[in-house]
Amino acid sequence: MRSRAFPLIATFVVFVALYLIGYQRFPAFGTTRVIANFLTDKSFLGIAAVGMTFVIIAGGIDLSVGSVVAFTGVFCALAIGRLGMHPLVAFAVILLIGAAFGAIMGAVIHFYKIPAFIVTLAGMFLARGGAFVLSQESLPIEHSFYELIGDLYYVFPDRGRLTFVAVLFVVVLVVGIVIAHFTRFGRNIYAMGGSRESAANAALLLGVPIGRTTIMVYTLSAVLATLSGIVYSLYTSSGYPRAAVGLELDAIAAVVTGGTLLTGGVGFVAGTFVGVMIQGVIQTYINFDGTLNSWWTKIVIGLLLFLFIIIQKVLTSYRGTFTFRLIPGLSRRAAESKTSASPP
Amino acid sequence: MRSHKLFLSALLVLVLAFTSVLFVAHAQDASGAGLTIGFAQVGSESAWRTAFSDAVKAEAEARGINLLFSDGQQKQENQIAALRSFIAQGVDGIILAPVVETGWDDVLQEAADNSIPVVVVDRNVTADESLFVTRVSSDFVHEGRLAAAWLVQATAGKCDIVELQGTVGSSAALDRQQGFNEVIALFTDMQIIASQSGDFTRTNGKEVMESFLNSIDPATICAVWAHNDDMLIGAIEAMKEAGIDPGQDILTISVDAIPDIFKAMMDGDANATVELSPNMGGPAFDAIVAAINGETLPRWIPVAGGIYFPDTAAEEYARRGGQ
Repeated sequence: MRSRAFPLIATFVVFVALYLIGYQRFPAFGTTRVIANFLTDKSFLGIAAVGMTFVIIAGGIDLSVGSVVAFTGVFCALAIGRLGMHPLVAFAVILLIGAAFGAIMGAVIHFYKIPAFIVTLAGMFLARGGAFVLSQESLPIEHSFYELIGDLYYVFPDRGRLTFVAVLFVVVLVVGIVIAHFTRFGRNIYAMGGSRESAANAALLLGVPIGRTTIMVYTLSAVLATLSGIVYSLYTSSGYPRAAVGLELDAIAAVVTGGTLLTGGVGFVAGTFVGVMIQGVIQTYINFDGTLNSWWTKIVIGLLLFLFIIIQKVLTSYRGTFTFRLIPGLSRRAAESKTSASPP
Repeated sequence: MRSHKLFLSALLVLVLAFTSVLFVAHAQDASGAGLTIGFAQVGSESAWRTAFSDAVKAEAEARGINLLFSDGQQKQENQIAALRSFIAQGVDGIILAPVVETGWDDVLQEAADNSIPVVVVDRNVTADESLFVTRVSSDFVHEGRLAAAWLVQATAGKCDIVELQGTVGSSAALDRQQGFNEVIALFTDMQIIASQSGDFTRTNGKEVMESFLNSIDPATICAVWAHNDDMLIGAIEAMKEAGIDPGQDILTISVDAIPDIFKAMMDGDANATVELSPNMGGPAFDAIVAAINGETLPRWIPVAGGIYFPDTAAEEYARRGGQ
């Protein structure tokens, strides 16, 4: 158990260290302004990354996220601006479309046994193309509801703003943690991802409905990507077909630096949060500095990714020790899934 | 296992050490006299954009302004995050070169709530005018007028012109056309005999010019007027392929002043180009200082570039980093 938590602890150490480096040079890092900005500016990335965490724990990948965000934004702009829909109605419609989109990708992955990255790559092109077919340019969203949400924030004594989208991000995060660790669906996702590691772990799969879980996990990811798109549209009050290009890669980076194994089976939603915050700290540092090239963000994230992949490799190559420690949990989980498979 | 933990810890320390070196290496730059101004640039997608960034940086240095520069990598979310960082840092003013026109209301409102003046440069924003001090940008109409004025003078007010328009509906194309047409309307013997969009690209400029040369007797064409240099460079190729000497048989006039147009001038293929000025830093800084002093500013501060001819082409080409 301790070795499984090691990547999470390492991520947290990196985050705290980077934050302290920033704080030491820019005292403003200690203000609620900067901390609230982390949450607001990374809200859409964070929400999408929570979905990505589930997909990766299940042993898959979802490359369609950024495109779904762009499609959602353009759809909302058109539905509200041209069709005169109330934003809440538009949100409901697009969340349903997003859910269907994810379910179809999950079904194709499961029933046709096609690698997830190919299916979701197709999804990425479809959604991005769809966004451009709907509109070539950036569309403003002017609606009293958007203004209402924009004005909905809590101001800290030192004038930091806790915005609605930041709170929504935290809510999604908490719900994600609950789903991952306290529901049968969550356990099934871990079991499914873990079974890909070795034949021995296939025992985990007793009683796990693989098809349903696969479809559900991609549906969840697409719904969260759509929600991320809604947040993006609230964040910018517009829909833009070129928005969030490569967001899925930032999300994957956040998930991996957050301690989730790319091979599946092991991971933490809370770790993903720390992974997202690391990106926020680096970006803020570079903006504060004002002379560093902004692409250093990518270099630092690349280095961290590299570090965490090596950590993962070392941990998984010691599967002897690793499995030995896992066995009590393994047999307990197998027992649980057996009982859960029996009729109530 | 113990040794591996040691190894991992060592790796962790190494990466941390690297990042802290990277961070601390610039620690001295932050201190500086005068104002601290944040500049949220679109990115570095074109030579013109880079020249624009460099001009603002040079201007800031000359004035002793502490400039915080942020390259948005062509992403609005990066630019919004940069603006929020500037606000959190308590800068004295912000210059925003927006990647898109929409979606700035909330963050501009936040700047306004903190009494930080924002000047929009280059592209426009759809946000409420009360949220930013002014906009500094090129005067496309002026560019069109200047181009026409040169052509009038060069042809003594008598010329049949073919026009290569920019992207249909773009403000650069509409305004350059308007300025040009205003001036030639004053001369009865100057007229546009053919006009089509070349979408601001070289390939389309070439295709459109080819179709003009096929449909109109080239001997009757006095000049080609292109809304940007790239289309004109395409048109030059088309003319050469048709056995026409561009710059001699048919005069050329275009806008932008990119390095390649100076190369064409050096080769004797182009006659004149109007500069799309990248020098917006000075007027933008002036506007911020004026706003801090409580002066009222016009809603729009146009920046006009000059017109360039073959006599200075070689030095301009070298100065603008052509190779």
